[in-house]
Amino acid sequence: MDWMKYRFIYLLVSGTIIIAGIFSLFKWGLTIGIDFKGGTIAEYSFKEKISTEDVSKKLEDEGIQVFSVQDTGDGRYFFRLPALNTKDQEKIKGIFQEVAQGSEELRFETVGPSVGPELVKKTIYAAAIASVGILLWVAFQFKSLKFGVSAVLAMFHDSFCLLGIFSLLGHFYGFEIDFLFVTALLTTLSFSVHDTIVVYDRIRETQSRTGGSLCDIANHAITKTMVRSLNNSFTIIFMLLALMLLGGSTVKWFATALFVGTILGTYSSPFVAVPIIVFWDEAEKKIKSRK
Amino acid sequence: MSKNFLKILLILFLTLVSFYISLPPEIPVKFNIAGINIDKRFYRPGLNLSFGNFSIKKNFDLVLGLDLAGGSHLVFEIDTTNIDEGRRKVAVEAVKNVMEKRVNLFGISEPNVQTSSYEGRDRVIVELPGVKDTQEAVGIIGKVAQLSFAEVGSKEEQGLIITNLTGADLKSSDVAFDKNTGKPMVLIQFSDGGAKKFEELTERNVGKPLPIILDNEVVSAPVVQEKISGGSAQISGEFTLQETKNLSIQLNAGALPAPVSLVEQRTIGATLGSESIGKSVGAGTIGLIMVMIFMILNYGKLGLVADVALFIFGVITLALYKLIPVVLTLPGIAGFLLSVGMAVDSNILIFERFKEEKPKRNLADALEVSFGRAWDSIRDANISTLVTAFVLANPLDFNFLNTSGPVRGFAITLSLGIAISLFTGIVVSRNLLRVFVRESKR
Repeated sequence: MDWMKYRFIYLLVSGTIIIAGIFSLFKWGLTIGIDFKGGTIAEYSFKEKISTEDVSKKLEDEGIQVFSVQDTGDGRYFFRLPALNTKDQEKIKGIFQEVAQGSEELRFETVGPSVGPELVKKTIYAAAIASVGILLWVAFQFKSLKFGVSAVLAMFHDSFCLLGIFSLLGHFYGFEIDFLFVTALLTTLSFSVHDTIVVYDRIRETQSRTGGSLCDIANHAITKTMVRSLNNSFTIIFMLLALMLLGGSTVKWFATALFVGTILGTYSSPFVAVPIIVFWDEAEKKIKSRK
Repeated sequence: MSKNFLKILLILFLTLVSFYISLPPEIPVKFNIAGINIDKRFYRPGLNLSFGNFSIKKNFDLVLGLDLAGGSHLVFEIDTTNIDEGRRKVAVEAVKNVMEKRVNLFGISEPNVQTSSYEGRDRVIVELPGVKDTQEAVGIIGKVAQLSFAEVGSKEEQGLIITNLTGADLKSSDVAFDKNTGKPMVLIQFSDGGAKKFEELTERNVGKPLPIILDNEVVSAPVVQEKISGGSAQISGEFTLQETKNLSIQLNAGALPAPVSLVEQRTIGATLGSESIGKSVGAGTIGLIMVMIFMILNYGKLGLVADVALFIFGVITLALYKLIPVVLTLPGIAGFLLSVGMAVDSNILIFERFKEEKPKRNLADALEVSFGRAWDSIRDANISTLVTAFVLANPLDFNFLNTSGPVRGFAITLSLGIAISLFTGIVVSRNLLRVFVRESKR
């Protein structure tokens, strides 16, 4: 099948996602979670239903600012507060004891403002080291910088699209960028390359056995690996879907990020990484023939 | 034939051993058939071997992280402004050691205390599994607890004069009750040097109060009746029993060499933790069943072989988690589930290749060729994932990368999963398929 013939469609799809992402990132930015900007998230369960307004008012009276309270059902409430110390935590417990009998602290996470910037830096280092490592590995294995660079470009494509999509999700559904999202992002990086390498490997093999124009070889390689790519993605998607639908609240968004990342990684291998190589190869030949 | 047979036996043996290790320690069996009630508990004994002086003891229990077992993750930042550049490292290490001692004295099993230094910020990370009262723990761990004794100045020199007798001169401390009032107090025992200093101090101050200062606050000022030798004293202020207990812990562990502040606290209640386990196990089981059915629907009998290999992958992974042991966290479970996807991928690559090669040559050859060709992809692809997992896990503890937290848990299970999937994908699937192909030829 002549996959390369429809190159402009892939460009259109990727372009749309990227432009929507850029738009959203500029307009709304990312919804940053407490891991990076500091603050508190606390989850409490009560034996009976409580009035969130009353509780917020009581907390504010004690000098504890309340950003939001969310009723998550089953008598459970999710509070967003600024960074707190243990005395405030004690106060909150006391207030809740007053409000309703049998309150239980399910989760209390507070992060000071000094922690975030460090995490951002460490994450950038991690992403940079991983990208360089992968670039070198692919370039070495395929003995061509072309392969290495386009694999990494496809990888950046995926992570940027993921970031853009989650900027939109953050704006419309309140998704917060946290530690786990960053993990999902980095996993997407590796998954994207994982898939790309399988296609590249097929290109390399066909090249050495039959030869021919890179465009034809690429078409052949994509055809031969398409079923595998889809099947493999399905198995991962099954696992992630189960986590998204049945996993706990902490894992849900993480699984969603991995889910989107998996789809992007599968898509980008034949439709971003390979077209880049073909385009690069054609451009190279044109320049050479002009000389 | 015999060589292959041997390999299959080995795989079977490995699977059985792993399966045994991966079983939970207690298996309740409860059912009711035709009026016969069966309610039994099977126990899986741990390993308990001894040869002379040498003994091996393993209980094969899963180690659960704070987010699953419940507990607190605390990060303290050390204020090192008053400490010279050169002594900073020693001070940070000392803070860590004192905190570790306090945590142990507080009676928390298997705490994890580590330091982290980054761009001039020195931190101590304290992980306390199963702690219910975090505030209490923070109070004990995070207080400087600098004890000192002072003299009341004479008329010319007003105020308190801090002496050189401090908490560092203590040998031990204990909780006791005042015989007369029944109030709780802290009994302290000085070291030899401390006892001497105390003797001199009390001799000098007979008839005068002797203020005892804790962190710049006078906690009590008993009036000295007579010279005290023998090196024991008591601190009795307005303390509750809990406070005396905590003070005793702090004094026994020693003072922190620098003040600290809590910059991060993550506490997960045990309820939420066990809920997360239940949900993740449920999600994992359903996901696995879906994958297995998918493989059978797609590849028929070959898919069944892949499912067997996947089962073996599962039990080996679980057994290794217990043997290493890997601290299992929620992101760690996600890492495991993702590696299941990668493990199946090896099989898919081989099967797709097998479909292509089958018309070209006989079955056994096609199988070997498929394995050879697919191996290049499997190796290259998995190594690239391992590179990322390695950076995320940061096994060499580089300071510029994360040294703890959820990301690490995820990366460790993911890399372990990939490593095991390379083994099961190549060794287990290959040998199972060889036998399978041979059987179907007959």
